[in-house]
Amino acid sequence: MIRVTADPTTLDDTAPAPAPGAGASAATPAGHELVVEGLRAGYPGQLAVRGVDLTVPAGRVVAVVGPNGCGKSTLLRAVARLHKPESGRVRVGDADIWQLKQRQAAHRVALLPQSPQPPEAVTVAGLVRYGRHPHQGLFRQWSREDERAVREALEATGVAALAGRRLDQLSGGQRQRCWLAMVLAQETPVVLLDEPTSALDMGHAVEVLGLTREVAAAGRTVVMVLHDLASAARYADTLVAMNDGLVVASGAPRDIVDAQLVKELYGVDADILPAPGDGSPVVVPAARTATDRPGTDRGQPDADRGQAGTNRGRAG
Amino acid sequence: MPHPQGGPPAHPVPAADTEAAPGAVRRTASGAAGPPAGAGLRPPARPVLRAAAALAAALLALSLLSLLTGSNTIPMSRSWDFLTGDPSARADAHVRLAVMDVRLPRTLAGILVGAALGAAGCLLQAVTRNPLAETGLLGVNSGAALGVVVGLTYFGTDSAYGILLWALAGGVLASGVVLLLAASGRAAASPLRLVLAGSALGATFHGMTSYVLLGTQSTFDDYRYWTIGSLANVETSTALALAPLVVAGLAIAFGAVRPLSALALGDDAARALGHHPARIRLVVAVAVTLLAGAAVAMAGPIAFLGLLAPYAARVVTGPRMAPQLLLSALVAADVMIAADILARIVIRPWETPVSVLLALVGGPLLIWIARSRGMLSLGAPGARS
Repeated sequence: MIRVTADPTTLDDTAPAPAPGAGASAATPAGHELVVEGLRAGYPGQLAVRGVDLTVPAGRVVAVVGPNGCGKSTLLRAVARLHKPESGRVRVGDADIWQLKQRQAAHRVALLPQSPQPPEAVTVAGLVRYGRHPHQGLFRQWSREDERAVREALEATGVAALAGRRLDQLSGGQRQRCWLAMVLAQETPVVLLDEPTSALDMGHAVEVLGLTREVAAAGRTVVMVLHDLASAARYADTLVAMNDGLVVASGAPRDIVDAQLVKELYGVDADILPAPGDGSPVVVPAARTATDRPGTDRGQPDADRGQAGTNRGRAG
Repeated sequence: MPHPQGGPPAHPVPAADTEAAPGAVRRTASGAAGPPAGAGLRPPARPVLRAAAALAAALLALSLLSLLTGSNTIPMSRSWDFLTGDPSARADAHVRLAVMDVRLPRTLAGILVGAALGAAGCLLQAVTRNPLAETGLLGVNSGAALGVVVGLTYFGTDSAYGILLWALAGGVLASGVVLLLAASGRAAASPLRLVLAGSALGATFHGMTSYVLLGTQSTFDDYRYWTIGSLANVETSTALALAPLVVAGLAIAFGAVRPLSALALGDDAARALGHHPARIRLVVAVAVTLLAGAAVAMAGPIAFLGLLAPYAARVVTGPRMAPQLLLSALVAADVMIAADILARIVIRPWETPVSVLLALVGGPLLIWIARSRGMLSLGAPGARS
């Protein structure tokens, strides 16, 4: 059940009005825009992100795409206050993330890392309760507010009925929704997802992507790294295409996705077709034999090329 | 598995009624797989509280038994009379000596050492994500051994109290050096660095200990006795003097429970939740140093208990950290006192070192836990049954 809501607006449009939906609640801090200014991050002598500017209005779903090693994961980590940038700023609303304490930052930005490790034998409710850590303290224990947030997150992701089950007894798709519930329970205006669908089959991937739309509909901002250009184009309001540490294109998917972009990002010749229905761009890589590979012109491992839609490798 | 998108939640729960929520969620679980006790949003406290109460009661009973039992010929009834204030027993200097000066201090020390080792083992297993971690890991035991040997050889230490101080100093110093090594540099205090620094320095201290020991025969005999581990030489005053270390270590441990539990998600996720993984590891390592340092000073290098107790605790608590820590400390104290009682009676009128009994009793116990269903995934039948 794909609910297509991708709205071909550009980055500069005003945010859509928060609609009542999953994750919507009076306590959810919504309506903060995410601004990245002149961000440079990486390691001395080898910058993975070489000057990125980005403005994301509240209530949007943004997909960051690009080849492995293009810096998209580093960008996400810098926004989440996990990787200290060399220079530049990350703002959520009027708060500079890197000026805040770790815990205050965790009130504004939540991150679901790529393939997170579950604590052994943890229950679904136990996992989602972790999301409330930034709101608790040594002397501020479990509150009704925490209870409400956890319940809403469980319901929004459709795993409320599994609350007492052990995570390791669930299917991959159910598990990913539980992780999403944990991140939602944090109740941050900005939610970052690092390849949330990389280990899921198509049905579960669509489920998770649909959830991101609902989260955005509640006024929160979702920024996710995706490998699958087709899903990114279908579910994101805005695509941000990165290559070699720089944003090479950004905007509504149907405006920016063309054969030239695909070639530039992945070194692949592809046909771009409009999807019947909403007209979002569908990328069909051209058939290619082993002999006409272009080699290593961009220093990318060959195995990572040519299959932008199904790549499950680690993002750089 | 289809999921209604955008529609109302599949199982609406009255938002205003917080208290009803766990029950409501439980009903929606429709019983098939979700256990009633684990289906609420908050973990069930009752099984843990029950287990804690039972273990505490057992500790009380064992402590009493420990005061009544000895390797000598005083009948139990006579000791009981002394405890209940019978005038003739109170006047008996022999009984007084046995109960007040021999059994009371070792009972106190047993509780402290047990609780310290249980909690420290639990902390270390969590912080290093190493299921085989025990309290020797931070170099505390090897440092204490070196301290004892240096004290015996170069400073002519001959009192039990002196040896205890040397052990404490050596253990805490060693652990401090390990922490400094692990915390310096760029990738500060990763679990691997902590474990590597501990093992490397442990080996170094061990070598130095052997080197010193080769020189002197008398030191070797005293050291050999110390290294077996026993509660027999502790006095009440020293047990009470070391109690604050144990209490402080436990207080830090319980204060660090929530951040520590977040480490199980990995460093990135823990930081995204607002924690500081490196800082958590240092704080926990300090707590372990206090606990293990006090334990090794009182009882010698007894490490096995710290490995065993967390596994026993997890059978009841599942993965949750605070209950695990509490039950781990209680279990270890119980086992310690029980082993110390056995140590006095198995080859009466002689005593067996308590560490020997711990190994004899604890080994099979750990195997039994390992074979039980609860252990299979680090123990949480509580979440299922």
